[in-house]
Amino acid sequence: MAVFASLAEAIRDNLKDGDLVAFEGFTHLIPFAAVHEAIRQRRRDLWLVRMTPDLIYDQLIGMGCVRKLTFSWGGNPGVGSLHRLRDAVENNWPRPLEIDEHSHAALANAYEAGAAGLPFAMLRGYRGAQLKEVNPNIKEITCPFTGEKLAAVPAIRADCAVIHAQKADRKGNVLIEGILGVQKEAVLGAKRAIVTVEEIVPDFGAISPNACILPSWTVSAVVEVPGGAHPSYAHGYYKRDNAYYKAWEDIGRERDVFLKWMDENVMRKGPEVFQRHAGRAA
Amino acid sequence: MSGYTPNEIMTIAAARELTSDDVCFVGIGLPSAACNVARLSHAPDITLIYESGTIATKPNVLPLSIGDGELCETALVTVSVPEMFRYWLQGGRINKGFLSAAQLDRFANINTTVIGSYDRPKVKLPGAGGAPEIATSCGEILIVMAQSKRSFVDKLDFVTSLGHGKGGDDRQRQGVTTKGPTKVITDLCVMEPDPETKELTVTALHPGVTPEQVAHATGWSLKFAADLDETEPPRAAELKVLRDLHHRTNEAHQPKAAQ
Repeated sequence: MAVFASLAEAIRDNLKDGDLVAFEGFTHLIPFAAVHEAIRQRRRDLWLVRMTPDLIYDQLIGMGCVRKLTFSWGGNPGVGSLHRLRDAVENNWPRPLEIDEHSHAALANAYEAGAAGLPFAMLRGYRGAQLKEVNPNIKEITCPFTGEKLAAVPAIRADCAVIHAQKADRKGNVLIEGILGVQKEAVLGAKRAIVTVEEIVPDFGAISPNACILPSWTVSAVVEVPGGAHPSYAHGYYKRDNAYYKAWEDIGRERDVFLKWMDENVMRKGPEVFQRHAGRAA
Repeated sequence: MSGYTPNEIMTIAAARELTSDDVCFVGIGLPSAACNVARLSHAPDITLIYESGTIATKPNVLPLSIGDGELCETALVTVSVPEMFRYWLQGGRINKGFLSAAQLDRFANINTTVIGSYDRPKVKLPGAGGAPEIATSCGEILIVMAQSKRSFVDKLDFVTSLGHGKGGDDRQRQGVTTKGPTKVITDLCVMEPDPETKELTVTALHPGVTPEQVAHATGWSLKFAADLDETEPPRAAELKVLRDLHHRTNEAHQPKAAQ
């Protein structure tokens, strides 16, 4: 059963140095507050996985928390580069970063295979694509029935999955609405899972019988962090802060500007700073 | 003066490739602008699909990211990302894919991975995203991108997504049964693959553009069709749709007032 915890407790008890960790969110419900807490607790040697590593992975990489990154698209959406990711790949700063690079289709399948308890995922993918030449984790298998050649990639079974959602109820069941990404698969494939939520409610009220719900017993810890996905958005609560993403271009570009910003806005702050971004969208 | 910019004719020419019957997988940036101009003008019933899982979405402003809330709020339905790639894309439900690229070669192969070598990159680009499987699973592919010697190169630094491979029947030999790139629309011209060799050939020039200009913006010895067409200039109504869309988008993405 999920325990209700503070963010500091949830990270302390469920995220260890060296873990394979998926902070997921496909441009929506990105767990910014949880990542900032992991940085404050100075987690090291993490193996990060995510389809769309964006600002939070730029921040973790630039702060030296990461040894390896599994990903399929690493940019600042609609803006450009992740300069901390690039600095690590191109210049080994602040430390060398091993990369395990895939396509979206491959990682989406890999998460689903992880949730399904399978060792690998298969897809009709990577045909004519050079990633399979540079990434030994992309193999070819033959369909035993038709002989068709298909791509295979290892399943993703994280030590810890961290996601943000709209609501938990009093028992710790979690409700996710809007763009769902791969959060359900990431949690169900992981050994431990932390969910930050906009609010804890007595019950979910009238929702579709097909709603995306993670039962309490699939989650390790639930933390109420209103605004915890800012500057990404929470469907039904607040909009994406596109100006922040644009501003990150200049913050992330230079090492000293980045470090100063992180010191002022993350290291010296706590999850309460997200509160001012919370609220229901008009 | 022509009354429109090279970027505008590129976007509008790209939009004209789409119809209300299309089910189109939309890349972010230029493809997204072209697809929504089509939807807001001559193709109101087009089904636009973004990889964040939104099906039949009708955004009022262009999304900055592939998963802006606008896409979900205006969609017929939003599915999970594994379902999007497995059932809808791999399942063969999408007849057109609209992509852009950092680098393109003469066979319309796409690089979005790296400039320089993979192991010692000069510039690490964002990477593949959905493109490798969009490029092979959609019925056909349209590519829209600004043309320059830096982007239209003799040899890609990395083949992220398959176009026509080494040309001829290379796609089929790699086990791919879809058509691949059928048109490349740039700010100067329109190119189509030669029916046999699959090498990109200029088939239409935008008004006022010379073959020399196009050749100069290309990193290989570019072929031109014998009977070159001229792209129809943007109509006033098309320009209005595009400019209104960009205006609404800029308004929506303005920084909020200082808090």
